Amino acid sequence: MNIFETIGLYLSYPFARYALIVGVLIALCASLLGVTLVLKRFSFIGDGLSHVAFGAIAIASVLKLSNNMLIVLPITILSAILLLKSGRKAIIKGDAMIAMLSVGALAFGYLLMNVFPSSSNISGDVCSTLFGSFSILTLKQSDVWICLALSVIVLAAFVLFYNKIFAVTFDESFAQAVGTKAQLYNLLIAVIIAIIIVLAMNLVGSLLISALVIFPALSAMRVFKSFRSVTIASALISVFGALFGILFSMLFDTPVGSTIVAIDVLVFFVFWIIGRVRG
Amino acid sequence: MAATTFIKTDSKDFLLRVTNVTLGYDRMPLLKDLSFEVRPGDYLAVVGENGSGKSTLIKTLLGLTPPLDGTIETGCGMSAGTIGYLPQQTDIQRDFPASVFEIVLSGCQAHCAAGHTHEHEHDHDHDPSHEHEAKKKTVLSSLFSKFHPFYHKEDKQRAKDAIERMGIASLSKRCYRELSGGQQQRVLLARALCATENILLLDEPVTGLDPKATTDLYELIADLNKAGLSVIMVSHDLTSALAYADHILHISENYFFGTTEEYRQSAIGQQFIQMEALK
Repeated sequence: MNIFETIGLYLSYPFARYALIVGVLIALCASLLGVTLVLKRFSFIGDGLSHVAFGAIAIASVLKLSNNMLIVLPITILSAILLLKSGRKAIIKGDAMIAMLSVGALAFGYLLMNVFPSSSNISGDVCSTLFGSFSILTLKQSDVWICLALSVIVLAAFVLFYNKIFAVTFDESFAQAVGTKAQLYNLLIAVIIAIIIVLAMNLVGSLLISALVIFPALSAMRVFKSFRSVTIASALISVFGALFGILFSMLFDTPVGSTIVAIDVLVFFVFWIIGRVRG
Repeated sequence: MAATTFIKTDSKDFLLRVTNVTLGYDRMPLLKDLSFEVRPGDYLAVVGENGSGKSTLIKTLLGLTPPLDGTIETGCGMSAGTIGYLPQQTDIQRDFPASVFEIVLSGCQAHCAAGHTHEHEHDHDHDPSHEHEAKKKTVLSSLFSKFHPFYHKEDKQRAKDAIERMGIASLSKRCYRELSGGQQQRVLLARALCATENILLLDEPVTGLDPKATTDLYELIADLNKAGLSVIMVSHDLTSALAYADHILHISENYFFGTTEEYRQSAIGQQFIQMEALK
């Protein structure tokens, strides 16, 4: 059997098709706000939030909820808003606050999972939450629908607010001066980040989410010069990484999340070299 | 937010009239009883030591920080949010992947919105109780009633015209971060032109520029002023302020407002000029 026949065989199974569709959509969403996150120095917020989401998942599994999203999504969005709101006037400064929140959530999550084990294989559960491992291949149909709905929301919000997001990212003072409600858009950006993180946990697990968000944008920024071309390029890079990552992991039995991220890292070096050569 | 601090009048004598205004943050007054006005075609330089309240004045004029006391009136069809603001550059912008055209176009971000407000004001002109109702609208609904996600053809034309006016048409597709400091300021000035019909507010426009670029930019601003735009320039550079501006506002505990000639004759002016000469 050659590679294409193997892929064809895999794709005849619904779980593999789900994985591909959801994976590509998540990767697309994750890449869109990459530029904004990198430039607004929000990348660590993404990282912090993913740990919060880990804690939330632990709570959800202890409560034996049929659907994790019900608790993970609100908690993550709330933390995103909190982190952003506390940014300026906080007693504990931004970075420290994020660090506190993320390691705190990690610790509590792991503690909960151990004290109230929901299955016999705790380390397996923890590992798959942190690194995504194979959870993308075990999606139920309801998960697929939720992912689809959330992706559509993120994509629609991004397209509708594209010009405002650009304006607020590039120059908040100017945007405010001409009457754009910059704080409101910052909030919107934070909420979208939270949704993306909850989505991306399925694909790459909570430790690798930042990579999914940041690498495509950083790669595109090496070569492209306008905001629009950088955004489009990072979306394409991210979709490419997810597509090939998922197929590769099916063929060679590697963990999905880390395969995708590894491809994203490789692409970054390729683009970095291209950028260098072009001067 | 922005519109409430300003009182719109039908006057044709002035664009901005500030009367007995107290400036400050969180009820801490920085500067009391400030009065000055900007008439069409004026070139007002705002000078004063660091911490004297220059940046608070800017925020107040932009409608971002309401004055603690006193009134600000606008005339000649001007309203809050239609000042062409040239902020100081931020770190974010130095690494920002955006084309010149994208940045200048973002100067139009409030345009449709401004048109909308005008209509509203017109509708309610004769009935003060309606105005009150309009104010009650929540932030969200006002966001949506003013929400125009995409730029129109007229906006793009406006951006093109502004780019040509600033003599940077050849740079239109270039990446902002690759431009020289002087070129970047021209881009931001073009953006400011997109946002206003009649008045520019420049915050330390020549910071970080080499002498040649500094002179060029001052000449460019002077040309815009001669073409009919009013200019308010906040500056450290007293020599140039005296050379180019026709009015001076010196901010300190006993502030000075008058023509440049009057300033040269005044005690506060002579003292400050001597101090600058010693530096």
